[in-house]
Amino acid sequence: MHVTMTVNGDEVERDIEPRVLLVHFLRENLGLTGTHWGCDTSNCGTCVVQIDGEPVKSCTVLAAMADGHAVRTVEGLEVAGTVDPIQQGFMEEHGLQCGFCTPGMMLTARALLDENPHPSEGEIREAISGQICRCTGYATIVRSIQWAADHPAETADSTLEDEDVKA
Amino acid sequence: MQIPAPFDYARATSVDDAVALLTRYGEDAHVIAGGHSLLPMMKLRLARPDWVIDINDLHDLDYIRRDGDQLRIGALTRHRTLLESAEVLSLFPIVTDAERVVADPIVRNRGTIGGSLCQADPAEDLSTVCTVLGAEAVIHGAAGDRTIGMEEFHRGPYETAVAFNELLTEVRLTIRPRSSSAYEKVERRVGDWAVAAAGAAVTFADDGTLDDVAIGVTAVGLVNRVASAEAVLRGEKPSESAIAEAGRLTGEAVDPDADQRGSVEYKRHLANELTQRVLRRAIARAQGLEA
Ligand SMILES: Cc1cc2nc3c(=O)[nH]c(=O)nc-3n(C[C@H](O)[C@H](O)[C@H](O)COP(=O)(O)OP(=O)(O)OC[C@H]3O[C@@H](n4cnc5c(N)ncnc54)[C@H](O)[C@@H]3O)c2cc1C
Ligand code: FES
Ligand code: FES
Repeated sequence: MHVTMTVNGDEVERDIEPRVLLVHFLRENLGLTGTHWGCDTSNCGTCVVQIDGEPVKSCTVLAAMADGHAVRTVEGLEVAGTVDPIQQGFMEEHGLQCGFCTPGMMLTARALLDENPHPSEGEIREAISGQICRCTGYATIVRSIQWAADHPAETADSTLEDEDVKA
Repeated sequence: MQIPAPFDYARATSVDDAVALLTRYGEDAHVIAGGHSLLPMMKLRLARPDWVIDINDLHDLDYIRRDGDQLRIGALTRHRTLLESAEVLSLFPIVTDAERVVADPIVRNRGTIGGSLCQADPAEDLSTVCTVLGAEAVIHGAAGDRTIGMEEFHRGPYETAVAFNELLTEVRLTIRPRSSSAYEKVERRVGDWAVAAAGAAVTFADDGTLDDVAIGVTAVGLVNRVASAEAVLRGEKPSESAIAEAGRLTGEAVDPDADQRGSVEYKRHLANELTQRVLRRAIARAQGLEA
């Protein structure tokens, strides 16, 4: 079947088998391997991407179901050479160790801050509660998201520059 | 890598179109709503539909609407929408209690009330909730709508009264004065299915006695309400001793299996304890003593 969707702002079209899962469509058909794939059983959340702004487990969505919709992956977080405050936060606060859970965590975090720019620690923990960090780095993931909440987009740039100056 | 067996895919453009597609492709066609029960089963090849009929474009099945003394919930309403509804919280806090512990926030963005009820997994939290609230299910087929109660809807584990060429379109909850409800679940970790859970709804008469009581349990081998436990409370003013007795009777009435989630004794204990807790909370809420 033929599918057309927007991925990170670009329209893509492919002929696929209806049984292709969105995670494999992104990784194999589009070569966007930033979206990871872990448990296969809808439990780990490393495969989380956004569909129309809402985080979903892409191993549990058919690519066919995303036809006509807007998908955002970790590759779409950086805009015009500027990293998203979420990405910056993960760097500032050591939000990743092996990095396997990171793309999913960041897409969930982005959706959370889009809706609730100043979440409490409890709200952050709730938002990521469907995702597993095998390195168990939850405390730093929470701090990374808090960092991003404290440094929304306009100031992310200047923070980068400040850091550069210090370095 | 878990991949479903091959199938053909079609998107329904209306409820009648979905019914027409299901009728045309027969028993080997499955509806997909949130897909968070069906796709895991297809990946494990426990389900192998020849056709998958996607109903996600039927936005007119995604609503929560008050109509007289009923709250009508469209079958495609997502768990998240139910969780975030202030109207649902004020009228039926049992739904909000349950939605907090159905799966995890990401799964709740996709999963629907219709899919939950039609999946009819014995551990489905919303099945218990709808049973306790005496919900009605509206089912649409080629001949039009029919409306049935939950006892008739549930035919057993993974089996419902919805025929292969029908669609569940709406769930109706009756709003009663002087009433409230509660749900509590014990799970091993966030996002897991219940080890056991219990739900209760109570309605007071003018004189402070309990006019009606409904008790239901999840994942412990009992689909219908716990009539023996309800009888202890009905017609009486609520008392700690009656609540304890209702819990004890529920622990006796259930028929759980031992599995990784716990032993038979543990699950009976949970059924007893959780029943007491939800009764206390539903009563306190109906009396305006607790949110
Ligand atoms: C990791 C994980 C954890 C979970 N934990 C819980 C939990 O703790 N508690 C809980 O209750 N649930 C849990 N679930 C299940 C979740 O709530 C599902 O979303 C829900 O059971 C099914 O809803 P769905 O819309 O995804 O249904 P689908 O998967 O789309 O469909 C399920 C079944 O219902 C049929 N169907 C769907 N809609 C209709 C309709 N309108 N008319 C007729 N047939 C229909 C389909 O054909 C299919 O047979 C969990 C799921 C996952 C993946
Ligand atoms: S790979 Fe999708 S939830 Fe684990
Ligand atoms: S950083 Fe390794 S899994 Fe989270």
